[in-house]
Amino acid sequence: MAIEHSQVQLTKADFTSDQMVKWCPGCGDHAILASVLGIFPEIGYKKESYCMVSGIGCSSRFPYYVNTYGFHGIHGRAAAIATGVKIANPRLSVWINSGDGDATAIGGNHFIHLIRRNMDVNYILFNNRIYGLTKGQYSPTTKQGQITKTSPYGVIDYPFNPGELVMGARGTFFARAIDNSPKSLGEVFMEMAKHDGTAVVEVLQNCVIFNDKTHQEVTNRDIKEDRQLWLKQGEPMIFGKDRSKGIVLKGNHLEVVEIGKDGITEKDLLVHDATRENTGVHMMLAQMCPPEFPMAFGVIRAVKQLTYNQIFEKQMQELTETSSIKCVDDLLNSGDTWEV
Amino acid sequence: MTTEKLNEKKGVVVRFVGDSGDGMQLTGTLFSETAALDGNDIATFPDYPAEIRAPHNTIAGVSGFQVHIGKRIYNSGDNCDVLVAMNPASLKSNLKWAKKGSIIIVDADTFTDDAIGKAGYTNSPLDDDSLSGYILIKAPITSLTVEAVKDIFTDKRSAERSRNMFALGMIFYIYSKELDHTDSYLEKKFSKTPDVVKANKAVVRAGYNFCENTDVLQSQQVRVEQAIMPKGRYRNITGNIATAWGLLAAAEKANLPLFLGSYPITPATDILIELAKHKSLGARVFQAEDEIAGICSAIGASFAGALACSSTSGPGLSLKSEAIGLAVMTELPLVIVDVQRGGPSTGLPTKTEQADLYQALYGRNGEAPCIVIAASTSANSFYYAFEAARLSLEHMTPIILLTDGYLGNGSQLFRIPKMSELPKINPPFATPNDETYAPYKRDTETLARQWAIPGMEGLRHRIGGLEKLDGKGSVSTEPANHQKMVNLRAEKVQRVANRLPDQKLIVGDETADLLVVGWGGTEGALKLAVEELCEQGKKIAFTHFNYIMPLPKNTAELFNKFNKIIVCELNMGQFVNYLRSNFETKSFLQYNKTQGLPFEVSELKEKFNQILGGK
Repeated sequence: MAIEHSQVQLTKADFTSDQMVKWCPGCGDHAILASVLGIFPEIGYKKESYCMVSGIGCSSRFPYYVNTYGFHGIHGRAAAIATGVKIANPRLSVWINSGDGDATAIGGNHFIHLIRRNMDVNYILFNNRIYGLTKGQYSPTTKQGQITKTSPYGVIDYPFNPGELVMGARGTFFARAIDNSPKSLGEVFMEMAKHDGTAVVEVLQNCVIFNDKTHQEVTNRDIKEDRQLWLKQGEPMIFGKDRSKGIVLKGNHLEVVEIGKDGITEKDLLVHDATRENTGVHMMLAQMCPPEFPMAFGVIRAVKQLTYNQIFEKQMQELTETSSIKCVDDLLNSGDTWEV
Repeated sequence: MTTEKLNEKKGVVVRFVGDSGDGMQLTGTLFSETAALDGNDIATFPDYPAEIRAPHNTIAGVSGFQVHIGKRIYNSGDNCDVLVAMNPASLKSNLKWAKKGSIIIVDADTFTDDAIGKAGYTNSPLDDDSLSGYILIKAPITSLTVEAVKDIFTDKRSAERSRNMFALGMIFYIYSKELDHTDSYLEKKFSKTPDVVKANKAVVRAGYNFCENTDVLQSQQVRVEQAIMPKGRYRNITGNIATAWGLLAAAEKANLPLFLGSYPITPATDILIELAKHKSLGARVFQAEDEIAGICSAIGASFAGALACSSTSGPGLSLKSEAIGLAVMTELPLVIVDVQRGGPSTGLPTKTEQADLYQALYGRNGEAPCIVIAASTSANSFYYAFEAARLSLEHMTPIILLTDGYLGNGSQLFRIPKMSELPKINPPFATPNDETYAPYKRDTETLARQWAIPGMEGLRHRIGGLEKLDGKGSVSTEPANHQKMVNLRAEKVQRVANRLPDQKLIVGDETADLLVVGWGGTEGALKLAVEELCEQGKKIAFTHFNYIMPLPKNTAELFNKFNKIIVCELNMGQFVNYLRSNFETKSFLQYNKTQGLPFEVSELKEKFNQILGGK
């Protein structure tokens, strides 16, 4: 079902709520909020057609700060709540705001099932690799060995990589962005908005209080060009300060190469295709991490596939047209009945 | 068919038992429907194991179906007049349900040494005098079935599938019923396999004729009195189907899409299965990944403007607790159906109990009142499901509807209502572009907040699980506001009592020496027990509760008319303690049972007689 467009050009002010934003100064969430407020007018739907849904955590306060319809749920359940919103009211553009704890710990089950079903919702996963609102316990994405309040001798768990979960659940859209790069954040969010189906964007987000600089191995100003590979559809995978490095597929794995060395030219590089149904290369791209590899950013996977909601509405429509039971009176009198 | 000079009976109980897979549920259903078409009132109850196919011929694999037919039927009956046992294990485990002197029909062919041993007998009960107090009919059902279809099926396996039809034919003879309904059922069901239709019809007749030629049964032929029922169109319905249809009816009357978010769980799954069929009626059914997702999706759907429901049983209700609190806090309409089963934990999944009442009333963190109501018959589950939706939608608060395995799986005659007879449902919708709209602005009479549906113009707002400022609905941690909101949420639920019907006596009058009190699925047995004692001249009365939180406003007044009150329930005293906390000066006796079984009329009468006699 089509979502209604606004008849007038809306602005950021139309979506700014009257609530005081209570995130810590310097928190990465501010940049994500600014990006969302910036793209909503650009997407063009009516103000009333957006619906923000969240769970629990710092990032889950998001709906209060956007002047749309919004629902602040309970811990881990944003995906399930959003599922009900979208099935009940398919004319809404549904946005989930969730953190790494909310999405991949307590809400992990809902997260993978939402993706598996290809529910038509947008999912912003704020990954700061820590529980912030409860003040600094390790999450499923915290690095192994890290000292936190609940891991005084170092985290024993192996971490989740959210991208792998998306691929594992045969997700149709996965992208990665960074909170300190507003322009690319906006671009990735626009791509997410255009996608039909569950679109997950993992934002590497900094928690200045409890996990400061957790992403600095890829975000540090001095090395970021060598540690970030920004993917563009149909273009070879090139990165590095002087754009001298690239990614090749060698046998069944990826490798970093230097362009110009050992006869390597741009033509030898892997060309990005986010639209391939097979998750193999997308999975490898999502897995890349320093120091051996750069981390992949931008749209890693964007595959066309019927959404849960498209199939659902088609069934509803066909059955409404063909069924002999048109109202509850018909139902009550169907089958074996008799007069007394 | 000979119909003259037959014994007449007001009511009879037939219990069909066999291995799961022997087709006992179908046999029972066909018999009950035939009786209904023949003018009897009916009630049925399946008694099946938790295992799908336990080892053949073992007690664990026994599946049963009890049918009560007659003139005035309130429950599926205590003990049976005829027990049909298709193998030794089913005889062994069900003999306790047979009345003294009743007819016991066994398939004699199945009493092999092996099967007798598996059932736990040392000797064949057919050969010693252990069944001498009964009219034992040793029918070679398997071999006569094979014989009856020998021209249609040559392989024994196909032939033996119709054994249950032989038993059905025997019962039809004993209760002098026509075979037409079964014929037409078979023709419809197996229209693509005419051989199966032919075979089954032949076997039903073989069973019927076998009895006609058995001397001892000729004198046992009985005519069951017809029921006197209000005029109207009738059908047979189980409590779970009635619940599903009640929700559909409410959605139509409220002009809202119905959303069901559920996870399969015994004995509630049939509600999910039934509603999944009705996309043509706008039912938006979502089978979730777990119980929590089921209710959370329903809360999302409610926020987005649907009549939202989640159906479950006890363990599922436990998992939903936190989310119910969210619905209390966000003051959204939500119907939670709990088809209760034996607990705690996995407990007795296929058996009935009423032990989730405390959970429904109190099982949430914080001060989190919900409306709680209970259906009391399979058929009235339709009306209480409708009522649950109506109260929830018009009062903007979650409601828990309690039914149980006995009501859900049991069936009864249902007088089909016309949708025009049901009340319209009017949720308190907000008006688009209303500049005075605030999410927690309340109706002064009901205290319900307005419902602004996402998509409506000029009403954008945010709600959630954090405490809300009254009126405006923004997040608030103000101490005085929290107290006010706790009070308002409680008061909102209490005010539902303003529109509830008075609690009435169902049997007896105010002069009775003893008032019997029940709630939920026990109504049939309690009513019959009290009626029978009244007919014997005992001074006893009966009232039954469907509205539990809040209670009808005249409850205290009604109780004050009686010196002795006994509260009967299938738990260890949850409703009686709830009444004690509400009416501190009143004293209540209690009668409780937790065996996974419904009340028997005989045990109730014995208990009531004891109290009446001892005064």
